[in-house]
Amino acid sequence: MRSPVPRGRIREVRFASGLDRSELVVVDHRDLTGPNEVLLIEPDQPVLAADRVRHLHEPVLLLAHPSREALRRAVAAVEIVVDPEPPVLDFTVDPPPGGVQYGDDNVLKRLSIDKGDVETALAGAARIVEGEYRTGAQEHVYLENQGMVAWEEGDVLVVKGSLQCPYYVLKALGHALGRGPDRVRVVQAPTGGGFGGKEEYPSLVALHAALLARKAGRPVKLVYERGEDMEATTKRHPSLVRHRTGVDVEGRLLAQDIEVVLDGGAYVTLSPVVLSRAIIHAAGPYACDHVRIRGRAVFTNSPPYGAFRGFGAPQTIFANERHMDVVAAAVDLDPIELRRRNLIENGQSTATGQVIDDGTDRTALLDRAVELSGWHEKKAAHAELARRHPWRRRGMGLACFHHGAGFTGSGEVVLASRVDVAGLADGRIEVRSGNIEMGQGTLTVFTQIASEASGLAPSAIALAEPDTARVPNSGPTVASRTVMVVGRLIERAIEDLKARLGLPPDAGGDRFAEAIRAAHAERGEAPVGTATYQPPPGVEWDETTYRGDAYAAYAWAVYVAEVEVDLRTYTTRVVDFVALQEVGKVLNETLARGQIQGGVVQGIGWALMEDVVLEDGAMANAQLTNYIIPTSDDVPPIRVTFEETPYAHGARGAKGLGELPIDGPAPAVVNAVARATGTRPTTVPLTPERLMERLEEGRADVA
Amino acid sequence: MSPERGSYADPAVDYHVEIAFTLNGAEVRIRVDPAERLLDVLRYRLGLTGTKEGCAEGECGACTVWIDGLPVDSCLVPAVQARGREVVTIEAVDPMRLRPLLESGATQCGACTPGVVMTALWILDHPDLLETHTVRELMAGNLCRCTGYDGIVEGVLEALEATRDTEREPA
Ligand code: FES
Ligand code: FES
Repeated sequence: MRSPVPRGRIREVRFASGLDRSELVVVDHRDLTGPNEVLLIEPDQPVLAADRVRHLHEPVLLLAHPSREALRRAVAAVEIVVDPEPPVLDFTVDPPPGGVQYGDDNVLKRLSIDKGDVETALAGAARIVEGEYRTGAQEHVYLENQGMVAWEEGDVLVVKGSLQCPYYVLKALGHALGRGPDRVRVVQAPTGGGFGGKEEYPSLVALHAALLARKAGRPVKLVYERGEDMEATTKRHPSLVRHRTGVDVEGRLLAQDIEVVLDGGAYVTLSPVVLSRAIIHAAGPYACDHVRIRGRAVFTNSPPYGAFRGFGAPQTIFANERHMDVVAAAVDLDPIELRRRNLIENGQSTATGQVIDDGTDRTALLDRAVELSGWHEKKAAHAELARRHPWRRRGMGLACFHHGAGFTGSGEVVLASRVDVAGLADGRIEVRSGNIEMGQGTLTVFTQIASEASGLAPSAIALAEPDTARVPNSGPTVASRTVMVVGRLIERAIEDLKARLGLPPDAGGDRFAEAIRAAHAERGEAPVGTATYQPPPGVEWDETTYRGDAYAAYAWAVYVAEVEVDLRTYTTRVVDFVALQEVGKVLNETLARGQIQGGVVQGIGWALMEDVVLEDGAMANAQLTNYIIPTSDDVPPIRVTFEETPYAHGARGAKGLGELPIDGPAPAVVNAVARATGTRPTTVPLTPERLMERLEEGRADVA
Repeated sequence: MSPERGSYADPAVDYHVEIAFTLNGAEVRIRVDPAERLLDVLRYRLGLTGTKEGCAEGECGACTVWIDGLPVDSCLVPAVQARGREVVTIEAVDPMRLRPLLESGATQCGACTPGVVMTALWILDHPDLLETHTVRELMAGNLCRCTGYDGIVEGVLEALEATRDTEREPA
């Protein structure tokens, strides 16, 4: 049972008379045996609202019943009565009097990056180009909704479900239920998609299922229906980004002054770290000596926004890459040429002062993507089409971008992830990690990595089920870190196991299996190798000044979209898409390509059609009927090309790639629409309605 | 989970009806509530959990099964409509037929996959559909949030190719 209003004080919970309460289990905040907090970064989010509600659909009361029908009747017979207060719903303006609900000013987090002297550089610029860009919320639409089963096994409370981070859930359970880690256990069930939507939210679902199971004294299954999942769970943070850019007459970037504002929703959840990734990616893959980035995540009475593939970077990359086209037009340069003049060369530094020297030739990537896309040939054809045809318009657009793999800054050091590899009695090995499979290919690629590192056949590699009673904390399955960071730990744990068995590092295959069997025979227990995260040498980050190596490694990409716009209906269709990226060594071509294609299509959805309509701060179109995601017939084949510069500190030379493909499609597609229509769209999703407004404005300007 | 009496006008009347249909080649007899969805009968009454629920409103296709050889969204079909019909679910599919789809990367998380496979096999069984429709058009009723569809489309095309090759082989 959830809050019916975005803000207010709970007056009472009313049960209709005549409600049959036999077998009905009712849980509220008084059933917690620990602090009423969902443990994450700040302790502000309650497990169940006690006296006040801060967003529509905030959970207040839990009901369970053996019969689904009877449960539906009970839900209809219970009313949460709330005295409403005026909500704060616009993250782009200062809160009205009485609207402050977090700190002094509703700002959940402020972060900034400073490099050089922006004001002086702007004063000396030939042109200053300004722009303001907005992005909307995006719903994950993992095909499998949130779901969890909880039961008690003796003294231990077990929770099993659809989730990305078993140890996040474990900590949240232990905290709010007041139980030590030996009295809670979290098991991941094969998960039907996550995309970040099952990073922090499952802690809440798990707590609710656990509370019900404890009170009912029997197993409880809690599965969201699609509508509830869309209304109540996290989404991508809406954003507003402002750019003020100084360039010289040749189009070289002299100064980038950037303001980033994210809508955080009603609780802090992960917003500080989303903001961090957002600002670090805000200035793009360009060399500029003077950069100032001011970021803030702001409280509103909306359901908390949360992790979604890309984690803040897609929002700022959209703004930056859209803005680059505007800058190019202002200095009368081709958008390719503007980028070529500014892309970071090896030896130059990013906004945080991180010197990039990874051997990747970013200009070559740009040229290759342009060539693959047929940019120049198509440009002529598009001009011809515009002359001849009354309503069909085509255009090309591109985006250059980068994505840092793994946790930001010292995050990986703090995580101190661990992986164990055990030798089994029959000579096989078992990899024990808390990293999970949700479709991205963890099981396959971990098997490949372990097989190559051990010299054992893939059939001799077992992967332990992600069960906190059996696997160590190898960190969350997020941030494109699974292969690069955790995969590397698997390699090192195998090396450690060999060393413990007295084998040289290059011993593998039969010799390794034989030594494992012998160890079993001798000691009667499994020999275990282990590895804990060590940062690559020379990586330095200052958390207080936001200077240094924000990420140990970056993936680089250039995406090119070709679109067709119908001037009668204002609909946009992506007709061709080239996705070129450098992601270190590709370990499994089919899986890597699938990640890119899936991410690109998700990005095209965000760019053109996925419109979260907010009413009272929450999603009003919470149905797949009117929240539209791309079908097979809405997108072209996604042409994927990899360039590979092996990365010395990732498993088998790999860098992270899972999030990268969501960053580029929105700016590439919207830049293409801008070109096709001669307008300057600044917002995603660029729905037909929004494009119509842009085109009508354009006509008014001319008139 | 059996729906109970009481959802209909007269709480004293038992509105359940008994129906019989063929499920994956075998006869099934079951008492159902008239409002019970075929999807729930399959999953919760008959234990065939291969068929998935993604949206419950006919948008995602995760619940696709065949009725009399046609793919339908089982979340929109009252179970009573299966009476006397032939229902085929993912559990009846020969895994060997899925090889091309596996190799092309047609599945990632797998939540859409049972539905995707039921539609894909229907296309394979009716290749003449491709004279008037593209694979992308025919697959548009099955949402997939992971693959971006290339793996699915290529898998179907490769499977079609493989079928043609087998047919061409001299007997
Ligand atoms: S569950 Fe039936 S179409 Fe989505
Ligand atoms: S494979 Fe995950 S939804 Fe299709």
